[in-house]
Amino acid sequence: MHISFNSFLAACPGAISQGIIWGIMALGVFVTYKVLDCADLTVDGSICTGGAVSAILITGGMDPMLSLVFATLAGMLCGAVTGLLHTKLNIPAILSGILTQLALYSVNMRIMGRANVTLLGKHVALSLQNIPHAILVSGIIAVFVISVLYWFFGTEVGCAVRATGNNDNMARAQGVNTDNVKMLGLIISNGLVALSGALLAQYQGFSDVQMGRGAIVIGLASVIIGEVILGTHSSFAVRMSSMILGAVIYYIIISLVLQAGLNTNDLKLFSAATVAVALAIPTIKTWALNGKNGRSTHA
Amino acid sequence: MHKLEIQALNKTFNQGTINEKVAIHQLSLNFEEGEFVTVIGGNGAGKSTLLNLIAGVYPADSGKVILDGRDITKMPEHKRACMLGRVFQDPMMGTASDMGIEENLAMAYRRGKKRSLRWGISAQERDKYREKLRSLDLGLEGRLSTRVGLLSGGQRQALTLLMATLQKPNLLLLDEHTAALDPRTAAKVLELSDRIIAKHGLTTMMVTHNMRDAIEHGNRLIMMHEGAIVLDIAGEAKKKLTVEGLIEKFSAVSGQEFANDRALLS
Ligand SMILES: Nc1ncnc2c1ncn2[C@@H]1O[C@H](COP(=O)(O)OP(=O)(O)O)[C@@H](O)[C@H]1O
Ligand SMILES: [Mg+2]
Repeated sequence: MHISFNSFLAACPGAISQGIIWGIMALGVFVTYKVLDCADLTVDGSICTGGAVSAILITGGMDPMLSLVFATLAGMLCGAVTGLLHTKLNIPAILSGILTQLALYSVNMRIMGRANVTLLGKHVALSLQNIPHAILVSGIIAVFVISVLYWFFGTEVGCAVRATGNNDNMARAQGVNTDNVKMLGLIISNGLVALSGALLAQYQGFSDVQMGRGAIVIGLASVIIGEVILGTHSSFAVRMSSMILGAVIYYIIISLVLQAGLNTNDLKLFSAATVAVALAIPTIKTWALNGKNGRSTHA
Repeated sequence: MHKLEIQALNKTFNQGTINEKVAIHQLSLNFEEGEFVTVIGGNGAGKSTLLNLIAGVYPADSGKVILDGRDITKMPEHKRACMLGRVFQDPMMGTASDMGIEENLAMAYRRGKKRSLRWGISAQERDKYREKLRSLDLGLEGRLSTRVGLLSGGQRQALTLLMATLQKPNLLLLDEHTAALDPRTAAKVLELSDRIIAKHGLTTMMVTHNMRDAIEHGNRLIMMHEGAIVLDIAGEAKKKLTVEGLIEKFSAVSGQEFANDRALLS
């Protein structure tokens, strides 16, 4: 159980590139979970859809950058399906997401034709074989995504999305069709998640039907870490950047615990436990306060 | 043509279950342009349900709601919103707490307009909001970008009122909008409501649990009981009403004591 500072430094660049790629996914989770206040589980499926679409298009000869556009569109479609289930058929959001996610397993298998598509020897936009380049490419894309989101959430439509997530009662009273807004949020979110999946597939050199398993937990972990570091009341641009930072820190932590000797098979248990603790912090704080003041802090 | 026409409206919650509750029963009502109607009644009389049916929060079982000649009975809530201004009992309900004061106002300013990908607030709007906020006399004009979550309940209700009337509504619906406030703040918000209603000549429905407020404000008073209107007094007759007289009338029509003790205390 010895982590040398040098081995930590050696692991850092990989954690950063992976973190930025997952950070884009975390931005997608941020849009639904934080902005719209709706937990969407579609992402475990749509991240893989992004990877699958990109991988198949690249093996078919498409430019890897262009394939990102199609992967994003495919993810948006996934979000639209969940949105329809939720808003038009009134299925609870969580369940709608789970249904789409399950269905996407079959869809992703159909897209790839098999469980795994390798991109070995193909021209990709970024690869773990050239990490500095990967950091540059994913960084540029992340900045682009944050800029677009920042602009969008400042527009009239974007304000309506934020208001709906904040208080859907108020939004409806101000004439917002909250169903359409939720639909839009799910579409944007899953588009980002699929974009992240496409980048991930290119980065790691393959797309795998299992690559999305537990993605939501990584996304949530990044969102939570990001908020712990930069707070929830900073400006919107800072909050979004903190999602990327959160994901990077998450991967640095992961690489640390792996170096410390954690079995890779235990990684998901570790991630889930970490996120559970982080989500429980507000409640635990309340307990602590009650203990001190001897009164409930619930309104 | 009446301003607002409600025809034989019915609403039952949890129909067919043991929790079945008739909230509105065969209720008909007409409002004229510029009428300011105060609505009183015991807890559970159906006052909020009536306002929610007008606003389209949930659908009516039967009956009609016609506003300015337009049948809005089946219109979804967000579409009716362009014609209605609403302030709720809960100060949290009318505003988005994580958004700034100006962002909330900008949401209200676009009520009933198509929202596009234009920027959410323009510079001219800001000046206009500052001026409107100054008229509230709460010192909010210098805090345009302050998060609404940081405001007091009274400030939030005043802001919600401003939002409800930023675009002149065909009908203003106030549902016990001062009930959650301390007496001094409540009086201030009520005075503000009077001022805004008078200035724009708004047709208004104001639910209150306070009999004195119901008598002193508005030009028509309605009492509800068990989902129906049991008293409807306007004009000179309303001016002559007293709290004691109202309580007596309530006992007479309902055959019971006025159940809302808050009303007696105030
Ligand atoms: N959403 C709802 N579901 C079930 N019952 C409701 C609902 N809203 C109101 N009620 C019931 O309908 C009756 C009228 O309620 P309401 O209109 O809120 O009364 P109030 O006059 O006090 O505003 C009450 O008995 C209440 O319990
Ligand atoms: Mg009520």
